[in-house]
Formats: sequence, structure tokens, C-alpha cells
Amino acid sequence: MLLIPCPYCGPRPELEFAYGGEGGIARPADPAALDDDAWGAFLYHRSNPRGMHVERWRHVHGCGRFFNARRDTVTDLFACSWKVGEAAP
Amino acid sequence: MSGAFRVAEGGRVDRARPVRFSFDGRAYTGLAGDTLASALIANGVHLVGRSFKYHRPRGFLAAGSEEPNALVRVGAGTARATPNLRATQVEVYEGLVAESQNRSPSLAFDLGAINDLAAPFLSAGFYYKTFMWPSWGWKRIYEPLIRRAAGLGRAPEAPDPDCYAQRYVHCDVLVVGAGPAGLSAALAAAEAGARVIICDEQAELGGSLLDETPGSAHAAWLARTLVALAQAGVRMLPRTTAFGMFAQNFVALAERVTEHLAAPDPRQPRERLWQVRARQVVLAAGAIERPLIFPGNDRPGVMLAGAARTYLRRYGVRPGARALVVTSSDEGYRSAIDLAQGGVDVAAIADLRAQPAAALADAARAAGLTVLPGSEIEGTSGRLRVRGARVRRATGGSAEIACDLVLMAGGRTPSVHLFSQSARKLSFDEATGAFVPDDAGGAIHPAGACRGVMEIDAVLRDGAQAGALAAQRAHLPTSAEVLRTVAATAEVTAVPARKPHARGRAFVDFQNDVTTKDIALAVREGFVSVEHVKRYTTVGMATDQGKTSNINALGLMAEARDTAIPQVGHTTFRMPYTPVSFGTLAGAARGNLFDPVRQTPIHAWAEAQGAVFEDVSLWKRARYFPERSETMHQAVARECLGVRAGVGVFDASTLGKIEVVGPDAAVFLERMYVNPFRKLGVGRTRYGVLLREDGFILDDGVIGRIAADRFHVTTTTGGAPRVLAMMEDYLQTEFSDLRVWLTSTTEEWAVIAVQGPKAREVIAPLVEGIDISPAALPHMSVREGRICGVKGRLFRVSFTGELGFELNVPADDAQMVWDAVWARGQDAGMVAYGTETMHVLRAEKGFIIVGQETDGTVTPDDVGLGWAVGAAKPDFVGKRSLARAAMKDPARKQLVGLLTQAPARVLEEGAQIVADASAGRRSLGHVTSAYFSACLGHSVALAMVSGGRARMGESLLVPMPGGDVTVRVVAPVFYDPAGERVNG
Repeated sequence: MLLIPCPYCGPRPELEFAYGGEGGIARPADPAALDDDAWGAFLYHRSNPRGMHVERWRHVHGCGRFFNARRDTVTDLFACSWKVGEAAP
Repeated sequence: MSGAFRVAEGGRVDRARPVRFSFDGRAYTGLAGDTLASALIANGVHLVGRSFKYHRPRGFLAAGSEEPNALVRVGAGTARATPNLRATQVEVYEGLVAESQNRSPSLAFDLGAINDLAAPFLSAGFYYKTFMWPSWGWKRIYEPLIRRAAGLGRAPEAPDPDCYAQRYVHCDVLVVGAGPAGLSAALAAAEAGARVIICDEQAELGGSLLDETPGSAHAAWLARTLVALAQAGVRMLPRTTAFGMFAQNFVALAERVTEHLAAPDPRQPRERLWQVRARQVVLAAGAIERPLIFPGNDRPGVMLAGAARTYLRRYGVRPGARALVVTSSDEGYRSAIDLAQGGVDVAAIADLRAQPAAALADAARAAGLTVLPGSEIEGTSGRLRVRGARVRRATGGSAEIACDLVLMAGGRTPSVHLFSQSARKLSFDEATGAFVPDDAGGAIHPAGACRGVMEIDAVLRDGAQAGALAAQRAHLPTSAEVLRTVAATAEVTAVPARKPHARGRAFVDFQNDVTTKDIALAVREGFVSVEHVKRYTTVGMATDQGKTSNINALGLMAEARDTAIPQVGHTTFRMPYTPVSFGTLAGAARGNLFDPVRQTPIHAWAEAQGAVFEDVSLWKRARYFPERSETMHQAVARECLGVRAGVGVFDASTLGKIEVVGPDAAVFLERMYVNPFRKLGVGRTRYGVLLREDGFILDDGVIGRIAADRFHVTTTTGGAPRVLAMMEDYLQTEFSDLRVWLTSTTEEWAVIAVQGPKAREVIAPLVEGIDISPAALPHMSVREGRICGVKGRLFRVSFTGELGFELNVPADDAQMVWDAVWARGQDAGMVAYGTETMHVLRAEKGFIIVGQETDGTVTPDDVGLGWAVGAAKPDFVGKRSLARAAMKDPARKQLVGLLTQAPARVLEEGAQIVADASAGRRSLGHVTSAYFSACLGHSVALAMVSGGRARMGESLLVPMPGGDVTVRVVAPVFYDPAGERVNG
């Protein structure tokens, strides 16, 4: 079980969280302006790296808030986490 | 007393406490402190099992958890008997009952041994090559045969009567293994002020130190250290196996709490799962001695030399009268000398190496032992116990040496299972001939034999340094670190396993009966990857996970491929280290506690009415209310007719409810749902459809505007959590400019649906402060007011096509309101109806159920809900996806109705639909809902059919096992197509 650093509550066990997929993918402000390829890329294309991955988590059984985190997909270790709207450290 | 092979004194058993036990129905006596293995050996019993595939007689190979052969079923009765326990780990107690496995009728005479004669036909992968023909043979002959032969022990038949506990703990330093390295690490960490937990799979802490002679310096150190650890407050967990290592030093331990007791306290759990989050972990898991590869190396009486030494020194048991020691390592000499001193007649030391270390050979000769360098074992003799071994000398010629014990010393393999599970790398160490941990950094510290440090004083030093470093990293990570100075070099040298020159089967994996020939065959047939050879031959895949076979198999693969072990690589180590019972993993989460059960406030009433319930997500929902001896179909027909002709009452409390509040609530819903909401008037409701961003329907439900800034959103029963999670996601991360707050009110409101032409007259006297006349409260309206005196929300909505109301009242008052509705309804002939009737009534009207008509690939237009989409809105979740060309393809599956040619025939949900009876026909779609409609007198079905709306009136076929069923495509609304009844 991972130990996940919620930027609001501190480190908590994985059981309290829901995974939110890759982070840093903003919904386009005007989806109608995108062609099918660009919209398809927004919907489906993810980096799936071996190594550091920016991802979203929600402390669903805690404060309920979404936040961002950077996790190494090889070691499963979290490097850092930050609040929505903050710059990535 | 406790066996003819018990030596006069020595060992850690309690000679004052004999214990009686039985094995295969025979009574024996052992001593307190014995394992089942040592007690049986003390009684001269070596034949304890039959092998998995060939049913060969097998005895004890080891003395610890690596034992592959001696698997037994322990315990009497049908509920508590546990199969596949290693006799080397089972502690004897008064009255213990144990049985051997995989034999019929008895160990000495096993019919399955016929497989041994058929061995030439049962090589690696024989099952891939053999069971090919005839084509019907698999199902009728081979599978039943294989199923009977597969598996080792018999699982208990009755439910487990015991309870199991689970605990979560945090600590600074977790030490896995309480041998010399682990104990010195725990002591050093505790002295540095760390909170320490130390666990060991054995009954006593001490590991290899338990084999030391009482009074020796190391035995004294052990006693002293245990006292010091207790005084330092270290949590010491014997009988506790660290079986899994997960990310961030999360370690799972299984503690056997009462398994060793004759009369356990019933309040105690049988086993306990510890989930430990450790800042730092010291791995001191030790090393496992390797067997040697020679023909007949699996007979009872062929044993690991270190195990024989343990039986003698720890349990005071001579494992045999006359031993031949076969070694490819220096350690064999030490074991031989110790055994000779303990009264075992050592016939010779046959060293497979041409040039043994001179000092050891001299020491052995000085002790009066014969040393035979450059030997090769050509085979062993004996049927149920080894009687002798044929040794070929380096000088030429071979001789049969009579013995009842052949001891193998192939060097020791560091136990790297947990280290490897933590996703860290291993590197091959030539000195030990094994893989060792590659990095000692981070928060995991291998120490002692599991990193290749074998000499006892070096091990103690290494453990102390690891413990001190771990404590420091846990507490003072910035200070100058304790240095680890002990070199990870073995003083024991070993040569890798080679294929024997002599004929005969030499076993590599004892538990899965894999021989050197199987591995050679696999390589010959082109299996190169170590993972493929493992799966093809099943080497290392038994319950012992290849503890004794792994490195030998790698050596043989390297030899067959003419390369070296590092180039072969190693297989993945997986948890559990030793098998863990399901009870331990499940803990309290079984039976009624397996999943939460959600019940509505009306549940007890429905139960008292004799309702039949069904599970809908976690909810228990009343499916139908049979009267007297009604079948479900009779009850549903009566309920349907009752609603359409008069009035029915339905518990809709499980509907998900979300209160959406805030100045921007309408804007938020407009962005989330396909429908427009900004212009929805207060007191009005709208049927909302929610898409995912990919344009497919996720959920639906009625949304009512309670106030300008307040909406009452309903969701499907199963969809409530994901809808709320999705709304929170958008609100927090995409639309964070909106001032909106979301609250789940699912359990706040009970929902009593009153449906049918007489619905208004039933509820009219119960409602205060709301004008429910048709003009004041038209279809799709909502009002707040008092219902039976309590504050509630009255919706005028219909999921039946009839005049309908949904009374939302506080859950605590729900039964009172329900009772009042029920009492009032009696004059109107009210029926209580369940989910089955609800399904039929809505299908008659062509209303979809998300998850039944939709499957995650369905757009609003596909199910005829294109009218709900606010096309003029600039954006909503999923809008851009709906603009893709594929979403407008006229050949997409569309919702239609189907009428069967034979009116009574009810289609099967999920059945495929085709155009004609031709051979190459392809599916046009599938049936999503099908019921018999009592109101209409014929069956009705909804279906998703390719280009369905353009097929009105067409005849299609539904292929079924009894032949094609002819259906006609019709509009999906069967009852009251004009929709006038809701206005009643």
C-alpha cells in the first residue's frame, strides 16, 4: 500500500485515495475549436512513462480534495505533491 | 521415550514434557519444542510424502520453511484441518493429528506411483503435446483426469470457525529475521533510540544461533541479547513470517497465534496479519542451503547437511545412523564434523570439487573422517529409504557406500525474496554462486547471510552496522552516517550445479518433480528466456517457490545454453514467501462483513410483507411482493396491472441524490449535463443526461430546481458515487471559478413513489401547503412542503408512464409516511411493487435504464434522447465528442422495440439479432430488455440495432439454441404512445 502525501492532510495510506489519472492535462477552453485529432489527443493520449509521472489524486476518504503529485512508476515512490492551482515544485 | 533416534542430551527440546501425536493414524511421542519433522525423525520416520507428479517416496529435505517434500495436513475434522503445511514448521502439541498427502491408499503403497514408471512420457510440457486428440477428448477424458490428479492437499470442507485479526503498525525500524544479523541489528537500532519490531518465522528467535551448543559464547550472546531487546521495548514477534514487501517499506507479516497450542484460548485469533509501515527495514532473512544434483537425490534419507546438523543440535535427534556427506562447498565439512561429534557415523565426505580447501580436509581427517575429493555420485539405492550411494572416485572406479543418510551441502543461497519484491536489483556474486542484493542504499538494509556475509562474527558486525544505520536514517537523516564496513564476500565457496554424467533422474525441483532432463529438454526445444523455461518445466512454481531449486535450475540452464548464470538471469520473486491462509488475508471481512449492506428505511416493512430482495450495487432492493404462493411472474403481472389500473407504491429511496447549491449552480449543471438548465424555472424539473467527455452516456436522472441557487439532482442507484466524484473533479479542477457546493443527500431523503391513475387521491390528504391540482403541479414539477407533517419535497414525476408522485421525506420519518400512504391507499386498491415491476412498466414506455440499454458506447441520440441535448449551448461535457463523424453514423446501433411473432415468447436479454438465416450472417445488435407485459398481453423487448430507426416494420431473427425467433422492429414505446396518461 502506498503512502501518499496529501498536501492538505499529510501522508496517508493509499486506501483513503482515488487515483485521478495523469496530471497537467487541462480541458481545452473551447473544445469546438479543436479538430478531431487534437480532441482525440486530449481524450486519450497519455505519456505512460517509465519513471517520473505527474498525476492527480483525490483524498476521497479524507479532505475530499484533488491534488497533484509526482511519482516514480518504477519504485512507486512519491517525490512531491502540490495543491491544485500551485506551480509544480 | 520420545523416539529411538533421540540423543541422550542436548538440543532445545524439553525432555520433561513428552507430547503424544499421530501421523497417518499411528501414535508417536515427541517432546515439547519439537517440530513435527524432528519428532518423526526421532521416531525413525523419514517417509512422509509422495511427490506431486511421479508419486515418488519422499522424506525431509530441510529443517525449515524451505522444505519442499514434507507437506502434511494438520488438524482433525472438516473445518480446521489445514493442508500443505510444512512438517518442518509445525510445532507438535499434545493430541496433534497429522496426515500425509498425495498418496492412495498409503504412503508405503501408493497406486499413483504408476506415474513413475510412465515417466518417459511425462516430460516437461507433456500436457501441451499429449492431450490433443480426439477433439472431444479434452472435455470428457483428459480434463476430469487431470483435475483429479492436480493439486496437493485437500482444502477443508466446512466453513472456518476461527477468527483472524489484522493490525496496522508504524515503526522506525522493522527487522525481518531474528538470526545473528537480525538480532544484532535490532539491538543496535534499539540502543540508538529507534522503535523496533523484529519478526521471525520460527517459534523461537535466534535463527542459526539456536543450533549452537548451550554454554558456547554465541549461545550466551543470544540469551543476553533477547533480554536486552525485551528491556529496550522492542516488539518481538516469533512465529511471524514477513511474506510480502511492498512499496515504501510496507511489509505484510503473518503471525501464527494459536496454531501451536493444544487448547487455544477461544478469544484469541488463530492468526494475525500485521501491516507494518516501517521507516527503515533491515532484511536479515538468512540463506538457504542448496541441494546437489545427482541421480536418485530425492530418496527419503537424502537431506541437506545443514538441516541434519539442525536436527541434531537444536532438537537432539540423529537423522540417521550412517551418513555419506556430499559437498561442493566448505560448509559440508563443518556439518560432517559436527554430526560425527554428535554420534552420527559419517561414512565419508565425497567432495565434488577436485581440490577442497586443505585446512578443512585436514580438520576432517583429524576428526577421523574419510575425504574423497573429485567424487561424483552415480546414484542411490533403496526404495522407501536410502540404503546406499554409488560414488565414483577421481582416481577411477566406483564403489557402493552403505548409508541411511545422504547429506548434501551445495553452498548457501542468500534469501533475497523480500529484497527483490521491493523492486530492487540483484547482482550475481561469483563467490557464493548466487544472486545478492545490489544496492544497500535507501531505506532497506540487507544484512548478514542474505547479502552473502556468512561467517558468524562478520554477520554479527554487519547486523549491528545495518541496525545503527537504519536507526540513524529513521531519526537523523542529515547527520554523518554510520559506515558499513563488512564486505559481502562469502567464506563459503560453491560451484554451480552441473548436469550429472551418470544416468538416472536427478531432481532439481523436488516439489514439482522437475529433473535435469526436463530443463535440458526445454532448452533444446528452444525456450531461452528463464521465465519461459520456468513456466514450461514448472521449475520453481510449486508452493515452495523454488527456495531450494531456483539457483540450481539457473546453473543447469546456463550449462545447457553454454553461458553463465548472470546471462541467464533470474525469475521474478513474488509474495508470499510462504503460503498464507485466506483467513489471515480476509480477517474480519467475510460473511456479512465482506461488503457493507445498504438498506432503505422501508426495508423492515418490505421484509415483513414477504418481499423478495435483489442486490443493486450495495443496496438490498425489494424485487417483488409475492402474495401467498405466487411465482415472480404472477406477482409482477398483478403488480403491473395494479399500478396501471389503480395505484402502486414503490420504494425509490436508493436513487442517488446530490444537492447542488450556490450562485453558479445552474451554470455548473449546464456545463455538466447535456440539457439546458439556466432557464429552468424554480419548481420545475428536467430529465438530465450526463455524458463522459468521450460523448457516451454515464448517468441520467431527474433534476429539480428548488430555488434559484439550489438544485435537487437525482442519479441512478448504482451511479451516485461516480456522478458525485465526476462533479467534484470538474468543480475542483476545471470549473474552479464557479461558486458551487455539492452534498450527497442519498441517505438524507427517503423516496416513496406513488404511481397510477389514483395516485393523486391517495396522497392528497397527506400533503400540506402544496396545491397538487394538475394545473398547479403539472408533470415534471417539484414543491417543498409538509407531507404527513414533516418537511419534504414533492416531485410530480413518472417512471411508469402513469400519473405519478415521488414523496421525498427525511429518512427518519420515512416509515411513518409510508404507513400513512399505505393505509390511505387501501381504499384505492393500492399494490406495493418492486424493482421487477418497475422495470416492466418503464420498458412498456421505452424508458432506458443506464447500464441496461447503455453500455458505455451509447450516445444520447442512439437511445432516442437527442431531444434532450442543448445543441445551442456552447459547451458541455462530451459535446465536442458528439461532433465526431462516427457519432453521427446512421449505422450506429439505435434503440428500437421488438415484438415477437409468437406473443407469449419472451426474448432473452443479451441475445444477438441478425437479418436473415444465411450462413455468414453477422450480428446487427442485441436485446437489452425483455419482459412479458401483462397489461398488453404480449411480450415486449427493447434492443439496440444497427440503423434501427430506419428498420421500422422489418422482420429480423434472434438466433437461440432452439432455433431462430422471428421478431418485428417497432418503435420502443409500447404503451400509451401519445403519453397522455402522465397528465391524469
